[in-house]
Amino acid sequence: MRLGLTIDLDTCVGCHACAVACKEWNGESKMAGPLPDYKPYGNDPSGVWLNRIRNFECGSYPESKTVNVPMSCLHCEEAACVSVCPTGASYKRDDGIVLVDPEKCMGCNYCAWACPYGARELDQNEGVMKKCTLCVDRIYDERLPEAERQPACVLACPTSARMFGDFDDPSSDVAKAAAARGMSPMLNDLGYKPVNSYLAPRAAPQVNVDAGASPNKSLAQLLSKWVGMSKGN
Amino acid sequence: MRPALSVIFFTVSSGAGLGLLVWLVVLTATGFAGGPPVAAFLPMLALGVILTTAGLMSSTLHLANPKNAWRAFSRVRTSWLSREGVLAIALYPVAAIYAGLVYSSAPATFSILAGGLLAILALGVLFCTGMIYACLKTIPRWHTRLVPVGYVALGLYSGALAALPLMALYGGDVSALIGPSLWLLGAALLVKAIYYQRFRIPVVQHTINAALPLGSKTIRLLDVGHTHGTFLTDEFCFVLARGHAAWLRLIALICGFGLPLLILSAGANGVAATAFTFVVCAAGLLAERWLFFAEAQHVVRLYHGGTGV
Repeated sequence: MRLGLTIDLDTCVGCHACAVACKEWNGESKMAGPLPDYKPYGNDPSGVWLNRIRNFECGSYPESKTVNVPMSCLHCEEAACVSVCPTGASYKRDDGIVLVDPEKCMGCNYCAWACPYGARELDQNEGVMKKCTLCVDRIYDERLPEAERQPACVLACPTSARMFGDFDDPSSDVAKAAAARGMSPMLNDLGYKPVNSYLAPRAAPQVNVDAGASPNKSLAQLLSKWVGMSKGN
Repeated sequence: MRPALSVIFFTVSSGAGLGLLVWLVVLTATGFAGGPPVAAFLPMLALGVILTTAGLMSSTLHLANPKNAWRAFSRVRTSWLSREGVLAIALYPVAAIYAGLVYSSAPATFSILAGGLLAILALGVLFCTGMIYACLKTIPRWHTRLVPVGYVALGLYSGALAALPLMALYGGDVSALIGPSLWLLGAALLVKAIYYQRFRIPVVQHTINAALPLGSKTIRLLDVGHTHGTFLTDEFCFVLARGHAAWLRLIALICGFGLPLLILSAGANGVAATAFTFVVCAAGLLAERWLFFAEAQHVVRLYHGGTGV
Protein backbone atom coordinates (compact mmCIF):
# COMPACT_ATOMS: atom_id res chain seq x y z
CA MET A 1 0.00 0.00 0.00
CA ARG A 2 1.53 3.31 -1.01
CA LEU A 3 -0.53 6.26 0.19
CA GLY A 4 0.42 9.57 -1.31
CA LEU A 5 -0.64 12.66 -3.19
CA THR A 6 -0.71 13.82 -6.76
CA ILE A 7 -0.17 17.52 -7.24
CA ASP A 8 -1.14 18.98 -10.57
CA LEU A 9 1.46 21.57 -11.53
CA ASP A 10 -0.70 22.66 -14.44
CA THR A 11 -3.57 23.67 -12.17
CA CYS A 12 -1.79 24.93 -9.08
CA VAL A 13 -2.01 28.71 -8.93
CA GLY A 14 0.31 29.11 -5.94
CA CYS A 15 -2.38 30.45 -3.60
CA HIS A 16 -0.86 28.77 -0.51
CA ALA A 17 -4.28 27.53 0.69
CA CYS A 18 -2.81 24.05 1.12
CA ALA A 19 0.07 25.38 3.20
CA VAL A 20 -2.24 27.38 5.44
CA ALA A 21 -4.68 24.46 5.82
CA CYS A 22 -1.80 22.19 6.78
CA LYS A 23 -0.56 24.64 9.39
CA GLU A 24 -4.06 25.10 10.77
CA TRP A 25 -4.87 21.39 10.93
CA ASN A 26 -1.60 20.59 12.62
CA GLY A 27 -2.29 23.37 15.08
CA GLU A 28 -5.36 21.40 16.25
CA SER A 29 -4.01 17.94 15.72
CA LYS A 30 -2.47 16.07 18.62
CA MET A 31 -0.16 14.27 16.24
CA ALA A 32 2.31 16.76 14.91
CA GLY A 33 1.36 19.27 17.55
CA PRO A 34 1.30 23.02 16.92
CA LEU A 35 3.71 24.19 14.28
CA PRO A 36 5.43 27.13 15.91
CA ASP A 37 5.99 30.57 14.48
CA TYR A 38 9.15 32.41 15.43
CA LYS A 39 8.71 36.17 15.85
CA PRO A 40 5.48 36.22 13.79
CA TYR A 41 4.91 39.94 14.35
CA GLY A 42 8.55 40.92 14.23
CA ASN A 43 10.96 42.04 11.56
CA ASP A 44 12.02 38.61 10.36
CA PRO A 45 9.12 36.23 10.89
CA SER A 46 9.80 32.58 10.42
CA GLY A 47 8.27 29.31 11.48
CA VAL A 48 7.77 25.64 10.87
CA TRP A 49 5.72 24.80 7.78
CA LEU A 50 5.26 21.26 6.53
CA ASN A 51 4.21 22.37 3.07
CA ARG A 52 6.03 25.09 1.16
CA ILE A 53 5.18 26.47 -2.27
CA ARG A 54 8.00 27.61 -4.51
CA ASN A 55 7.47 29.39 -7.81
CA PHE A 56 9.67 28.76 -10.82
CA GLU A 57 9.89 30.14 -14.33
CA CYS A 58 10.32 27.45 -16.97
CA GLY A 59 11.68 28.37 -20.33
CA SER A 60 12.47 31.89 -21.34
CA TYR A 61 10.27 34.68 -22.59
CA PRO A 62 8.11 34.54 -24.60
CA GLU A 63 7.79 30.76 -24.26
CA SER A 64 8.04 30.88 -20.48
CA LYS A 65 5.59 29.50 -17.96
CA THR A 66 5.25 30.04 -14.24
CA VAL A 67 5.08 26.74 -12.41
CA ASN A 68 4.10 26.70 -8.74
CA VAL A 69 5.51 23.70 -6.90
CA PRO A 70 4.04 22.86 -3.50
CA MET A 71 6.54 20.67 -1.71
CA SER A 72 5.96 18.55 1.32
CA CYS A 73 7.16 15.10 2.28
CA LEU A 74 7.07 12.77 -0.69
CA HIS A 75 6.80 9.62 1.52
CA CYS A 76 9.56 7.92 -0.43
CA GLU A 77 9.72 4.14 -0.81
CA GLU A 78 13.45 4.10 -0.04
CA ALA A 79 13.38 6.85 2.55
CA ALA A 80 16.93 7.51 3.72
CA CYS A 81 15.52 9.71 6.46
CA VAL A 82 14.23 6.50 8.04
CA SER A 83 17.46 4.53 7.75
CA VAL A 84 19.77 7.25 9.08
CA CYS A 85 17.67 8.01 12.16
CA PRO A 86 19.66 6.73 15.16
CA THR A 87 16.80 6.69 17.66
CA GLY A 88 14.20 5.02 15.48
CA ALA A 89 11.94 8.06 15.75
CA SER A 90 11.65 8.20 11.98
CA TYR A 91 9.69 5.26 10.61
CA LYS A 92 7.71 4.16 7.58
CA ARG A 93 4.33 2.56 8.15
CA ASP A 94 2.85 -0.34 6.21
CA ASP A 95 0.49 2.04 4.46
CA GLY A 96 3.50 3.97 3.17
CA ILE A 97 3.32 7.04 5.38
CA VAL A 98 6.66 8.19 6.82
CA LEU A 99 6.31 9.66 10.29
CA VAL A 100 8.36 11.07 13.14
CA ASP A 101 7.61 9.84 16.65
CA PRO A 102 8.15 12.94 18.81
CA GLU A 103 8.52 10.76 21.91
CA LYS A 104 11.73 9.31 20.51
CA CYS A 105 13.20 12.12 18.43
CA MET A 106 16.31 13.77 19.86
CA GLY A 107 16.47 16.60 17.34
CA CYS A 108 19.85 15.76 15.84
CA ASN A 109 18.80 16.96 12.35
CA TYR A 110 20.37 13.93 10.67
CA CYS A 111 17.11 13.04 8.89
CA ALA A 112 16.88 16.57 7.52
CA TRP A 113 20.39 16.18 6.11
CA ALA A 114 19.30 12.96 4.42
CA CYS A 115 16.16 14.43 2.86
CA PRO A 116 16.83 15.93 -0.58
CA TYR A 117 13.46 17.69 -0.73
CA GLY A 118 13.62 19.65 2.51
CA ALA A 119 10.58 17.89 3.96
CA ARG A 120 11.73 17.95 7.57
CA GLU A 121 12.03 20.95 9.82
CA LEU A 122 13.13 21.29 13.40
CA ASP A 123 10.61 22.60 15.89
CA GLN A 124 12.86 24.76 18.06
CA ASN A 125 10.36 24.87 20.92
CA GLU A 126 9.91 21.13 21.29
CA GLY A 127 13.31 20.11 19.93
CA VAL A 128 11.88 17.47 17.59
CA MET A 129 11.66 17.17 13.81
CA LYS A 130 8.32 17.81 12.19
CA LYS A 131 7.13 16.69 8.77
CA CYS A 132 4.01 16.05 6.72
CA THR A 133 2.00 13.28 8.35
CA LEU A 134 -0.28 12.85 5.32
CA CYS A 135 -2.93 13.78 7.90
CA VAL A 136 -2.84 10.24 9.20
CA ASP A 137 -5.12 11.39 12.01
CA ARG A 138 -7.70 12.60 9.48
CA ILE A 139 -7.64 9.80 6.93
CA TYR A 140 -8.47 7.09 9.44
CA ASP A 141 -10.77 9.13 11.66
CA GLU A 142 -14.14 7.36 11.69
CA ARG A 143 -15.81 10.39 13.28
CA LEU A 144 -15.34 12.38 10.06
CA PRO A 145 -17.65 11.91 7.06
CA GLU A 146 -16.00 9.73 4.43
CA ALA A 147 -15.51 12.60 1.99
CA GLU A 148 -13.51 14.51 4.61
CA ARG A 149 -11.16 11.66 5.42
CA GLN A 150 -8.48 13.24 3.28
CA PRO A 151 -5.47 15.40 4.07
CA ALA A 152 -6.29 19.01 4.90
CA CYS A 153 -4.29 20.31 1.94
CA VAL A 154 -6.30 18.20 -0.52
CA LEU A 155 -9.62 19.51 0.81
CA ALA A 156 -8.44 23.11 0.87
CA CYS A 157 -7.18 23.37 -2.69
CA PRO A 158 -9.53 25.70 -4.62
CA THR A 159 -8.42 24.43 -8.04
CA SER A 160 -8.55 20.74 -7.08
CA ALA A 161 -4.91 20.41 -7.94
CA ARG A 162 -4.28 17.87 -5.18
CA MET A 163 -5.53 14.31 -4.92
CA PHE A 164 -5.01 11.67 -2.28
CA GLY A 165 -5.07 7.92 -2.66
CA ASP A 166 -3.24 4.61 -2.85
CA PHE A 167 -0.78 4.37 -5.71
CA ASP A 168 -0.79 0.60 -5.43
CA ASP A 169 -4.47 0.53 -6.35
CA PRO A 170 -4.56 0.91 -10.15
CA SER A 171 -8.18 2.02 -10.08
CA SER A 172 -7.50 4.97 -7.76
CA ASP A 173 -7.56 8.50 -9.12
CA VAL A 174 -3.99 9.12 -8.09
CA ALA A 175 -2.66 6.04 -9.84
CA LYS A 176 -4.53 6.86 -13.03
CA ALA A 177 -3.46 10.50 -13.03
CA ALA A 178 0.16 9.61 -12.33
CA ALA A 179 0.15 7.05 -15.13
CA ALA A 180 -1.30 9.59 -17.54
CA ARG A 181 0.72 12.71 -16.74
CA GLY A 182 3.10 11.96 -13.93
CA MET A 183 6.40 13.79 -14.08
CA SER A 184 9.54 11.71 -13.63
CA PRO A 185 10.60 11.78 -9.97
CA MET A 186 12.53 14.75 -8.64
CA LEU A 187 16.26 14.04 -8.20
CA ASN A 188 15.69 10.54 -9.52
CA ASP A 189 19.31 9.43 -9.47
CA LEU A 190 19.44 9.76 -5.69
CA GLY A 191 17.27 6.65 -5.68
CA TYR A 192 14.77 7.63 -3.00
CA LYS A 193 11.72 6.58 -5.11
CA PRO A 194 9.30 9.29 -3.99
CA VAL A 195 5.68 8.17 -3.90
CA ASN A 196 3.98 11.57 -4.25
CA SER A 197 3.56 12.28 -7.94
CA TYR A 198 3.68 15.67 -9.59
CA LEU A 199 1.60 15.99 -12.74
CA ALA A 200 3.59 17.84 -15.34
CA PRO A 201 2.11 20.93 -16.95
CA ARG A 202 0.39 20.14 -20.19
CA ALA A 203 2.07 21.44 -23.31
CA ALA A 204 -0.24 24.29 -24.15
CA PRO A 205 -0.12 25.72 -27.64
CA GLN A 206 2.00 28.83 -27.64
CA VAL A 207 0.22 32.04 -28.42
CA ASN A 208 2.25 34.19 -30.74
CA VAL A 209 2.21 37.48 -28.89
CA ASP A 210 3.70 39.36 -31.77
CA ALA A 211 1.18 38.16 -34.36
CA GLY A 212 -0.98 40.88 -35.75
CA ALA A 213 1.19 43.70 -34.53
CA SER A 214 1.21 45.88 -37.50
CA PRO A 215 2.47 49.31 -36.50
CA ASN A 216 1.14 51.42 -39.25
CA LYS A 217 -2.60 50.89 -39.16
CA SER A 218 -4.80 53.81 -39.98
CA LEU A 219 -7.32 55.09 -37.51
CA ALA A 220 -10.19 53.87 -39.69
CA GLN A 221 -8.71 50.37 -39.80
CA LEU A 222 -8.22 50.31 -36.06
CA LEU A 223 -11.77 51.53 -35.41
CA SER A 224 -13.35 49.03 -37.75
CA LYS A 225 -11.34 46.23 -36.18
CA TRP A 226 -12.40 47.42 -32.79
CA VAL A 227 -16.09 47.37 -33.60
CA GLY A 228 -15.63 44.01 -35.23
CA MET A 229 -16.38 45.02 -38.77
CA SER A 230 -13.16 43.68 -40.18
CA LYS A 231 -11.50 40.38 -39.43
CA GLY A 232 -7.82 39.81 -38.77
CA ASN A 233 -5.43 42.70 -39.20
CA MET B 1 25.92 23.36 5.70
CA ARG B 2 25.90 25.64 8.68
CA PRO B 3 29.01 24.68 10.69
CA ALA B 4 28.02 23.62 14.20
CA LEU B 5 30.87 24.38 16.60
CA SER B 6 29.88 21.59 18.98
CA VAL B 7 30.14 19.00 16.20
CA ILE B 8 33.41 20.46 14.90
CA PHE B 9 34.98 20.33 18.35
CA PHE B 10 33.61 16.80 18.77
CA THR B 11 35.25 15.39 15.65
CA VAL B 12 38.64 17.02 16.33
CA SER B 13 38.77 16.17 20.04
CA SER B 14 37.45 12.62 19.67
CA GLY B 15 39.63 12.12 16.61
CA ALA B 16 42.76 12.97 18.59
CA GLY B 17 41.66 10.91 21.59
CA LEU B 18 40.87 7.84 19.51
CA GLY B 19 44.08 8.16 17.53
CA LEU B 20 46.02 8.42 20.78
CA LEU B 21 44.40 5.21 22.05
CA VAL B 22 45.41 3.37 18.87
CA TRP B 23 48.92 4.75 19.11
CA LEU B 24 49.20 3.74 22.78
CA VAL B 25 48.13 0.17 22.01
CA VAL B 26 50.65 -0.07 19.14
CA LEU B 27 53.51 1.33 21.25
CA THR B 28 52.76 -0.91 24.21
CA ALA B 29 52.34 -4.06 22.15
CA THR B 30 55.37 -3.56 19.90
CA GLY B 31 57.64 -1.91 22.43
CA PHE B 32 58.63 0.51 19.65
CA ALA B 33 60.83 3.34 20.92
CA GLY B 34 61.05 1.37 24.16
CA GLY B 35 57.30 1.56 24.56
CA PRO B 36 55.66 4.13 26.77
CA PRO B 37 57.40 4.59 30.09
CA VAL B 38 55.64 2.70 32.88
CA ALA B 39 54.45 5.92 34.48
CA ALA B 40 53.20 7.27 31.17
CA PHE B 41 50.81 4.44 30.29
CA LEU B 42 47.94 5.47 32.51
CA PRO B 43 48.16 9.23 31.72
CA MET B 44 48.21 8.43 27.99
CA LEU B 45 45.23 6.13 28.30
CA ALA B 46 43.45 8.72 30.41
CA LEU B 47 44.17 11.53 27.96
CA GLY B 48 42.87 9.41 25.11
CA VAL B 49 39.69 8.61 26.99
CA ILE B 50 39.27 12.22 28.19
CA LEU B 51 39.67 13.70 24.70
CA THR B 52 37.24 11.16 23.29
CA THR B 53 34.71 11.74 26.07
CA ALA B 54 34.97 15.53 25.79
CA GLY B 55 34.20 15.18 22.12
CA LEU B 56 31.23 12.88 22.65
CA MET B 57 29.80 15.14 25.34
CA SER B 58 30.22 18.11 23.03
CA SER B 59 28.29 16.35 20.29
CA THR B 60 25.26 16.06 22.58
CA LEU B 61 25.18 19.88 22.76
CA HIS B 62 24.13 19.74 19.11
CA LEU B 63 20.90 17.96 20.04
CA ALA B 64 17.67 19.91 20.33
CA ASN B 65 16.09 17.26 22.57
CA PRO B 66 18.93 15.58 24.48
CA LYS B 67 16.64 13.70 26.87
CA ASN B 68 16.15 11.13 24.09
CA ALA B 69 19.86 10.81 23.38
CA TRP B 70 19.98 7.40 25.08
CA ARG B 71 17.82 6.06 22.26
CA ALA B 72 20.59 6.86 19.76
CA PHE B 73 22.14 3.42 20.24
CA SER B 74 19.12 1.52 19.01
CA ARG B 75 19.40 1.53 15.21
CA VAL B 76 22.79 -0.06 14.50
CA ARG B 77 21.30 -2.01 11.63
CA THR B 78 20.81 1.07 9.49
CA SER B 79 22.30 4.18 11.05
CA TRP B 80 26.00 5.06 11.14
CA LEU B 81 25.32 7.43 14.01
CA SER B 82 23.97 4.52 16.06
CA ARG B 83 26.93 2.36 15.13
CA GLU B 84 29.35 5.08 16.18
CA GLY B 85 27.57 5.45 19.52
CA VAL B 86 27.62 1.74 20.31
CA LEU B 87 31.31 1.34 19.44
CA ALA B 88 32.19 4.44 21.47
CA ILE B 89 30.38 3.16 24.54
CA ALA B 90 32.11 -0.22 24.19
CA LEU B 91 35.47 1.57 24.39
CA TYR B 92 35.17 2.29 28.11
CA PRO B 93 34.94 -1.20 29.57
CA VAL B 94 37.56 -2.44 27.09
CA ALA B 95 39.93 0.40 28.05
CA ALA B 96 39.45 -0.43 31.73
CA ILE B 97 40.09 -4.14 31.14
CA TYR B 98 43.15 -3.32 29.03
CA ALA B 99 44.61 -1.10 31.75
CA GLY B 100 43.90 -3.76 34.36
CA LEU B 101 45.59 -6.46 32.30
CA VAL B 102 48.65 -4.32 31.54
CA TYR B 103 49.18 -3.59 35.22
CA SER B 104 48.39 -7.07 36.41
CA SER B 105 50.72 -10.00 36.21
CA ALA B 106 48.56 -11.71 33.61
CA PRO B 107 50.39 -13.11 30.55
CA ALA B 108 51.17 -10.50 27.91
CA THR B 109 48.92 -12.23 25.36
CA PHE B 110 45.81 -11.15 27.21
CA SER B 111 46.79 -7.51 27.40
CA ILE B 112 47.77 -7.56 23.73
CA LEU B 113 44.37 -9.01 22.82
CA ALA B 114 42.55 -6.45 24.94
CA GLY B 115 44.68 -3.71 23.42
CA GLY B 116 43.97 -5.00 19.96
CA LEU B 117 40.25 -4.89 20.66
CA LEU B 118 40.59 -1.34 21.98
CA ALA B 119 42.45 -0.27 18.85
CA ILE B 120 39.87 -1.89 16.58
CA LEU B 121 37.05 -0.18 18.45
CA ALA B 122 38.81 3.19 18.26
CA LEU B 123 39.42 2.80 14.51
CA GLY B 124 35.83 1.69 14.16
CA VAL B 125 34.53 4.82 15.86
CA LEU B 126 36.71 7.00 13.61
CA PHE B 127 35.44 5.18 10.54
CA CYS B 128 31.79 5.39 11.63
CA THR B 129 32.12 9.12 12.30
CA GLY B 130 33.35 9.62 8.76
CA MET B 131 30.58 7.43 7.38
CA ILE B 132 27.91 9.51 9.10
CA TYR B 133 28.77 12.19 6.57
CA ALA B 134 29.86 10.05 3.65
CA CYS B 135 26.68 7.95 3.45
CA LEU B 136 24.57 11.01 2.59
CA LYS B 137 23.85 11.14 -1.11
CA THR B 138 22.27 14.55 -0.64
CA ILE B 139 25.63 16.24 -0.07
CA PRO B 140 27.87 15.36 -3.04
CA ARG B 141 30.96 16.88 -1.48
CA TRP B 142 30.68 14.45 1.45
CA HIS B 143 29.63 11.40 -0.53
CA THR B 144 33.10 10.02 -1.18
CA ARG B 145 35.38 7.35 0.28
CA LEU B 146 37.92 10.09 0.96
CA VAL B 147 35.81 11.29 3.87
CA PRO B 148 36.02 8.27 6.21
CA VAL B 149 39.62 7.68 5.09
CA GLY B 150 40.34 11.32 5.96
CA TYR B 151 38.73 11.01 9.39
CA VAL B 152 40.83 7.94 10.23
CA ALA B 153 44.03 9.50 8.87
CA LEU B 154 43.56 12.81 10.71
CA GLY B 155 42.60 10.99 13.89
CA LEU B 156 45.72 8.83 13.85
CA TYR B 157 47.91 11.82 13.00
CA SER B 158 46.54 14.12 15.72
CA GLY B 159 46.60 11.22 18.19
CA ALA B 160 50.28 10.65 17.49
CA LEU B 161 50.96 14.34 18.19
CA ALA B 162 48.95 14.09 21.42
CA ALA B 163 51.19 11.22 22.56
CA LEU B 164 54.45 13.17 22.22
CA PRO B 165 54.11 15.61 25.15
CA LEU B 166 53.22 12.80 27.55
CA MET B 167 56.12 10.70 26.31
CA ALA B 168 58.39 13.70 26.83
CA LEU B 169 56.97 14.37 30.31
CA TYR B 170 57.67 10.85 31.53
CA GLY B 171 61.07 10.50 29.90
CA GLY B 172 60.12 8.37 26.91
CA ASP B 173 62.09 8.28 23.68
CA VAL B 174 60.36 11.10 21.83
CA SER B 175 62.97 11.39 19.06
CA ALA B 176 62.22 7.87 17.87
CA LEU B 177 58.54 8.74 17.54
CA ILE B 178 59.13 11.83 15.40
CA GLY B 179 59.68 9.71 12.30
CA PRO B 180 56.39 7.80 12.48
CA SER B 181 54.56 11.01 13.41
CA LEU B 182 55.86 12.65 10.26
CA TRP B 183 54.79 9.64 8.20
CA LEU B 184 51.28 10.00 9.62
CA LEU B 185 51.42 13.74 8.89
CA GLY B 186 52.32 12.99 5.30
CA ALA B 187 49.57 10.42 4.92
CA ALA B 188 46.89 12.70 6.37
CA LEU B 189 48.11 15.62 4.27
CA LEU B 190 48.00 13.45 1.15
CA VAL B 191 44.40 12.43 1.80
CA LYS B 192 43.34 16.04 2.38
CA ALA B 193 45.26 17.24 -0.68
CA ILE B 194 43.55 14.64 -2.89
CA TYR B 195 40.19 15.64 -1.42
CA TYR B 196 40.72 19.36 -2.01
CA GLN B 197 42.08 18.77 -5.48
CA ARG B 198 39.08 16.67 -6.39
CA PHE B 199 36.66 19.45 -5.50
CA ARG B 200 38.79 22.39 -6.57
CA ILE B 201 36.87 22.84 -9.78
CA PRO B 202 33.24 22.54 -8.75
CA VAL B 203 31.68 19.48 -10.31
CA VAL B 204 27.93 19.72 -10.65
CA GLN B 205 26.29 16.39 -9.91
CA HIS B 206 22.69 17.54 -9.67
CA THR B 207 21.12 20.31 -11.69
CA ILE B 208 17.93 22.28 -11.28
CA ASN B 209 16.57 20.28 -14.23
CA ALA B 210 16.97 17.06 -12.27
CA ALA B 211 15.37 18.68 -9.23
CA LEU B 212 12.38 19.76 -11.35
CA PRO B 213 12.15 17.44 -14.34
CA LEU B 214 9.78 19.65 -16.29
CA GLY B 215 11.61 19.19 -19.53
CA SER B 216 12.47 22.85 -19.95
CA LYS B 217 15.96 23.91 -20.80
CA THR B 218 15.95 26.81 -18.38
CA ILE B 219 14.34 26.82 -14.98
CA ARG B 220 14.84 29.60 -12.52
CA LEU B 221 13.42 30.36 -9.11
CA LEU B 222 10.94 33.22 -9.10
CA ASP B 223 9.83 33.14 -5.48
CA VAL B 224 11.05 30.84 -2.75
CA GLY B 225 7.77 31.15 -0.87
CA HIS B 226 8.93 32.84 2.31
CA THR B 227 10.03 36.37 3.03
CA HIS B 228 12.69 35.51 5.60
CA GLY B 229 14.76 32.52 6.65
CA THR B 230 13.53 29.06 7.44
CA PHE B 231 15.05 26.01 9.08
CA LEU B 232 16.14 24.88 5.61
CA THR B 233 17.87 28.12 4.69
CA ASP B 234 19.54 28.36 8.08
CA GLU B 235 20.87 24.83 7.98
CA PHE B 236 21.56 24.27 4.28
CA CYS B 237 21.97 27.59 2.50
CA PHE B 238 25.05 28.77 4.36
CA VAL B 239 27.08 31.05 2.11
CA LEU B 240 30.81 31.08 2.54
CA ALA B 241 32.65 34.02 1.05
CA ARG B 242 35.31 32.78 -1.29
CA GLY B 243 37.97 34.92 0.36
CA HIS B 244 37.17 33.37 3.74
CA ALA B 245 37.47 29.87 2.32
CA ALA B 246 40.95 30.60 0.99
CA TRP B 247 42.12 32.03 4.34
CA LEU B 248 40.71 29.14 6.32
CA ARG B 249 42.28 26.58 4.05
CA LEU B 250 45.61 28.34 4.48
CA ILE B 251 45.24 28.30 8.27
CA ALA B 252 44.25 24.64 8.15
CA LEU B 253 47.28 23.68 6.07
CA ILE B 254 49.79 25.86 7.91
CA CYS B 255 48.66 25.17 11.47
CA GLY B 256 47.50 21.64 10.88
CA PHE B 257 50.48 20.42 8.88
CA GLY B 258 53.09 23.07 8.07
CA LEU B 259 54.02 24.23 11.57
CA PRO B 260 54.04 20.72 13.09
CA LEU B 261 56.25 19.56 10.22
CA LEU B 262 58.70 22.40 10.88
CA ILE B 263 58.76 22.02 14.64
CA LEU B 264 59.14 18.24 14.61
CA SER B 265 61.75 18.11 11.86
CA ALA B 266 63.75 20.72 13.78
CA GLY B 267 64.08 18.01 16.40
CA ALA B 268 61.89 19.48 19.10
CA ASN B 269 61.31 16.85 21.74
CA GLY B 270 60.63 18.76 24.96
CA VAL B 271 57.28 18.83 26.72
CA ALA B 272 56.55 22.45 25.86
CA ALA B 273 57.49 22.15 22.18
CA THR B 274 55.51 18.96 21.60
CA ALA B 275 52.51 20.25 23.53
CA PHE B 276 52.56 23.42 21.46
CA THR B 277 52.76 21.33 18.28
CA PHE B 278 49.66 19.41 19.27
CA VAL B 279 47.71 22.58 20.13
CA VAL B 280 48.68 24.22 16.82
CA CYS B 281 47.70 21.08 14.93
CA ALA B 282 44.35 20.97 16.72
CA ALA B 283 43.70 24.61 15.80
CA GLY B 284 44.45 23.82 12.17
CA LEU B 285 42.18 20.79 12.24
CA LEU B 286 39.35 22.86 13.74
CA ALA B 287 39.69 25.22 10.77
CA GLU B 288 39.77 22.28 8.35
CA ARG B 289 36.66 20.77 9.89
CA TRP B 290 34.85 24.13 9.80
CA LEU B 291 35.60 24.33 6.09
CA PHE B 292 34.42 20.75 5.62
CA PHE B 293 31.00 21.85 6.81
CA ALA B 294 30.91 25.32 5.28
CA GLU B 295 31.87 24.18 1.79
CA ALA B 296 29.40 21.30 1.70
CA GLN B 297 26.32 21.95 -0.41
CA HIS B 298 23.04 20.14 0.07
CA VAL B 299 20.80 19.39 -2.93
CA VAL B 300 17.89 21.18 -1.26
CA ARG B 301 19.64 24.37 -2.41
CA LEU B 302 18.27 23.56 -5.85
CA TYR B 303 14.85 24.48 -4.50
CA HIS B 304 16.15 27.73 -3.03
CA GLY B 305 17.69 29.34 -6.09
CA GLY B 306 20.69 27.12 -6.68
CA THR B 307 21.23 25.87 -10.21
CA GLY B 308 23.72 23.10 -9.62
CA VAL B 309 25.08 21.17 -6.64
